[in-house]
Amino acid sequence: VKTRKGFLGGLNEVLLGKKQLDEQMVVRLEELLVTSDIGVKTAYQLLESVQDRIKRREVHDPEMVVHHLKSVMKDMLSEVEAPLRVGYGSEPFVVMVIGVNGSGKTTTIAKIAARHKAAGRKVLVAAGDTFRAAAVEQLQIWADRVGCSIVKGKEKADPSSVVFEAMDRAIKEDFELVLVDTAGRLHTRVPLMEELKKVKRTMEKKLQSAPQETLLVIDSSMGQNAILQARTFNEAIPITGIALTKLDGTAKGGVVVGMSNELKIPIRYVGIGEKMDDLRDFNAGEFVEALFTGVDISDEE
Amino acid sequence: MLEILTRGFRDVRQYLQGVRTLNEENLSEALAMIRVSLLEADVEFQVTRSFLEKVKEQALGEIVHVSVKFKERKLKVSPGDHFIKLCHDELVRLMGPEDASLDLRRKPVSAIMMVGLQGSGKTTTAAKLARFLQKKGNRPMLVAADVYRPAAVDQIRKLGADLNVPVYSDGGARPPEICSKAMQIASDANCDVVIFDTAGRLTIDEPLMEEIHQIEELAHPDNVLLVCDAMIGQESVNIAKAFNERIRLTGFILTKLDGDARGGAAISIKEATGVPIKFVGMGEGMDRLEEFRPDGLASRILGFGDVVGLVKDF
Ligand SMILES: Nc1nc2c(ncn2[C@@H]2O[C@H](COP(=O)(O)OP(=O)(O)OP(=O)(O)O)[C@@H](O)[C@H]2O)c(=O)[nH]1
Ligand SMILES: Nc1nc2c(ncn2[C@@H]2O[C@H](COP(=O)(O)OP(=O)(O)OP(=O)(O)O)[C@@H](O)[C@H]2O)c(=O)[nH]1
Ligand SMILES: [Mg+2]
Ligand SMILES: [Mg+2]
Repeated sequence: VKTRKGFLGGLNEVLLGKKQLDEQMVVRLEELLVTSDIGVKTAYQLLESVQDRIKRREVHDPEMVVHHLKSVMKDMLSEVEAPLRVGYGSEPFVVMVIGVNGSGKTTTIAKIAARHKAAGRKVLVAAGDTFRAAAVEQLQIWADRVGCSIVKGKEKADPSSVVFEAMDRAIKEDFELVLVDTAGRLHTRVPLMEELKKVKRTMEKKLQSAPQETLLVIDSSMGQNAILQARTFNEAIPITGIALTKLDGTAKGGVVVGMSNELKIPIRYVGIGEKMDDLRDFNAGEFVEALFTGVDISDEE
Repeated sequence: MLEILTRGFRDVRQYLQGVRTLNEENLSEALAMIRVSLLEADVEFQVTRSFLEKVKEQALGEIVHVSVKFKERKLKVSPGDHFIKLCHDELVRLMGPEDASLDLRRKPVSAIMMVGLQGSGKTTTAAKLARFLQKKGNRPMLVAADVYRPAAVDQIRKLGADLNVPVYSDGGARPPEICSKAMQIASDANCDVVIFDTAGRLTIDEPLMEEIHQIEELAHPDNVLLVCDAMIGQESVNIAKAFNERIRLTGFILTKLDGDARGGAAISIKEATGVPIKFVGMGEGMDRLEEFRPDGLASRILGFGDVVGLVKDF
């Protein structure tokens, strides 16, 4: 029984009964954009493009403003709309999942595992978070639910050793997909970022092409710090994809707009719940439409 | 980003160079610069607006002292620094007063309940708080009231074991019953405070929001603490308000401040709900819980700690 107010739902009020764009409307638009966590700079960019159009008389009513905003945002995001295509070849496809504490890494791994398991693939998860209390137990429960295999190390073991073992087993037993969980870490913690690099080197030693995907998990309730996260993780280990979690909440996840604008990292998935099947491929059109849900411009007529 | 923001503040200082009085005209540009900086720190939109209005009111007509006497020395203070100090002081005033108190008067057992979104840090903070209270001479008990998240009970059991704090859990029961039963169990075990670790929930998840309401009715927690991730964006206010409407919050805790999040949620939540900030989480370790101090966080939100340090004492 969840309801979700549309991304820019309030836009309706702004548009209602207006045929002309006025100062007040621009102010409201700015508020609607900024409060979606799009970021001030991106919001200003978008507003400038609107105002440009108005000046050039290409846009002259609220309906067109919405249309224009949508299409600019869709353009920005369709560049990064690229669902993860897991290649099934002779060697395992390895996905390393990273991100700050509590963003949804372990749950996202379970969801990806469930999806590929359902497609009949041989899936292995590696409990590379040996640090947080009961992180291994959490992944074990998910592995049982999904029905996939798991490699675990001893408590407080070096994550690289777990990953080493997982790679070994994946190669020997012909696993098709390996999902590697890592402990949550703030991107500012240098030793922990070094640890991550070491985990990656361990994979590479076992399988030159691994990890084929390095997935950064971003919580959609995060604000502007998420851009720093993406930038810093990407500097340490090139990120090849982003998963945006918790989009079933009231937060809009607008920060990915600024992120994609700056970093052009593909957005793979969105998480829309705590259950195994609450995972969708990212779709720019749907995402933008969801931002504008509730904006009913037909009232205008 | 910190660099960019620091530059933003340098811009403000430079912009106000040579100004003797702050007036509408020279203020508006400076305020616009601060506005961008606050929004980038994830201070909520409306809170940013009302904050700037307050600062403007105070700054107008203010004569800028170009030098001040400080500890027998003459210090040169630029009008920009002066203005920044105004912002800082207002932020401190709004986030204050310092108040890390918990209501632990109920006999034989008082109760603290942790609530918040998924992954915000409730379980970790519940354990940190148990340690904090233990150090103060209390006898805390942790209560595993999250029956949904995989291994949530294992997690709090491990944390409790490490701290030598008893943990109560009951696999078969619902959270409201678990919490109310825990009061008796704690009393029997000679504990004087229980800490309920509840499941993460979205504010629009009606059944789960109803659940915390039921816990309140059955177990009457004396303290209800909202645990909020310091990295949260513009939704901070809506989320805090939604929890506060459902269950009266007595305080909130900002976690994960050990990174580079500027923590604008602190001022946003305090301003919008009046609920005081009690503690901040500064790391994953059990000793990484600090009582909240408005000073430090104000400089952090503004993004120019050094400048504020310079003008702090005059
Ligand atoms: N509503 C909702 N909750 C989610 C979603 N994804 C994850 N969660 C919840 O968020 C919380 C944290 O998820 P985890 O998967 O443990 O996050 P993590 O990044 O592995 O956390 P650490 O390992 O502690 O850093 C759990 O309560 C999950 O159930 C989602 O898409 N929607
Ligand atoms: N760096 C840092 N990490 C923290 C802090 N507080 C909690 N964490 C981490 O954040 C992650 C989530 O913490 P939990 O305590 O499991 O969060 P929760 O709110 O109980 O999560 P759910 O029960 O799934 O809703 C874990 O990886 C914690 O170690 C903090 O102050 N700093
Ligand atoms: Mg995890
Ligand atoms: Mg928890």
